Amino acid sequence: MAKIIVMTSGKGGVGKTTSSAAFSTGLALRGFRTCVVDFDVGLRNLDLIMGCERRVVFDFINVINGEAKLNQALIKDKRLENLFILPTSQTRDKDALTKEGVERVMEELKADFDYILCDSPAGIERGALMALYFADHAIVVTNPEVSSVRDSDRILGVLQAKSRRAELGLDPVQEHLLLTRYDAERVERGDMLNVKDVQEILSIPLLGVIPESPAVLKASNVGQPVTLDDKSNAGQAYRDAVGRFLGEDIEHKFLKPEKKGLLDRILRRSA
Amino acid sequence: MRLLDLFRSQPKKSAADTAKERLQIVLAHERAGNSSPDYLPMMQREILAVISKYVDIDEKKVRVQLDRQKDMSLLEVDIELPGPSGESIRARLAG
Repeated sequence: MAKIIVMTSGKGGVGKTTSSAAFSTGLALRGFRTCVVDFDVGLRNLDLIMGCERRVVFDFINVINGEAKLNQALIKDKRLENLFILPTSQTRDKDALTKEGVERVMEELKADFDYILCDSPAGIERGALMALYFADHAIVVTNPEVSSVRDSDRILGVLQAKSRRAELGLDPVQEHLLLTRYDAERVERGDMLNVKDVQEILSIPLLGVIPESPAVLKASNVGQPVTLDDKSNAGQAYRDAVGRFLGEDIEHKFLKPEKKGLLDRILRRSA
Repeated sequence: MRLLDLFRSQPKKSAADTAKERLQIVLAHERAGNSSPDYLPMMQREILAVISKYVDIDEKKVRVQLDRQKDMSLLEVDIELPGPSGESIRARLAG
């Protein structure tokens, strides 16, 4: 049975699109037929992060409006054969997303894929509501920072009240916390909220902690999801998060600052 | 001893601790606000209308609150009735 996942956060700029690209790539690497859908109508960016921006012909809104067939709009990933991208429209506005239209596309995708990952826009308006409405799982992307935690709490409230599962009184949407841009050194110094505190405040299960890493910007520069970067901490953290999502018991890494060598320490202290 | 204290490092609250405290306070407040459903004010008016048909009550001395926990909800209606001795009577409905 196909599952719909929403990558959401309330707040903008916390890493939803980066995480959508990375997580969908991770699922595809595990052999699942995965489609990642951009719900940020008017501000298309998932295509750029996935590195398929020059191959967009038709989009999600074209499919909703019946101007194109779903398979005309789906873009097959260059690297993984079971990964597809459904880009959004650059020109229209959020009102183009009708509940009936989105439902029709979701149903069609469910027939063909194992996982459908919806990349939500920021905010709690139409685009964000449509992205989460049909979800079975919600990954709440949060930065260890007060405004992000508050907005995550807000979006959890929306999930519990306005999702399809809530409206129909079905089992609730399964919530997962993905803490991104985590800087273990600043946490240790007491300058940043630690993972335990954020989890305690939001009280939802922890899916993963993605360390602040230069690899994330590098990955988006070249349009290659960071999951494919074998050497980076962030890539490893996303692969582990996917494993946990699939039910594996994987220890959380990168929660403590890296042990510095003697030379590093001397240089740092004198700096 | 006072002088020595000056040299001791004070256990200072970190910025992260302050962040956590502020979040806990603001979220407790917001969650309480969000959890009261839209129908509560109207239900409060209707309950009041029924009671005031029989008893003379002061609208300011009425409190209606809905508490939702995982497996139960508690609707609390707190009405102060003006008796001769000014005692208050509490009505509670749980469902």
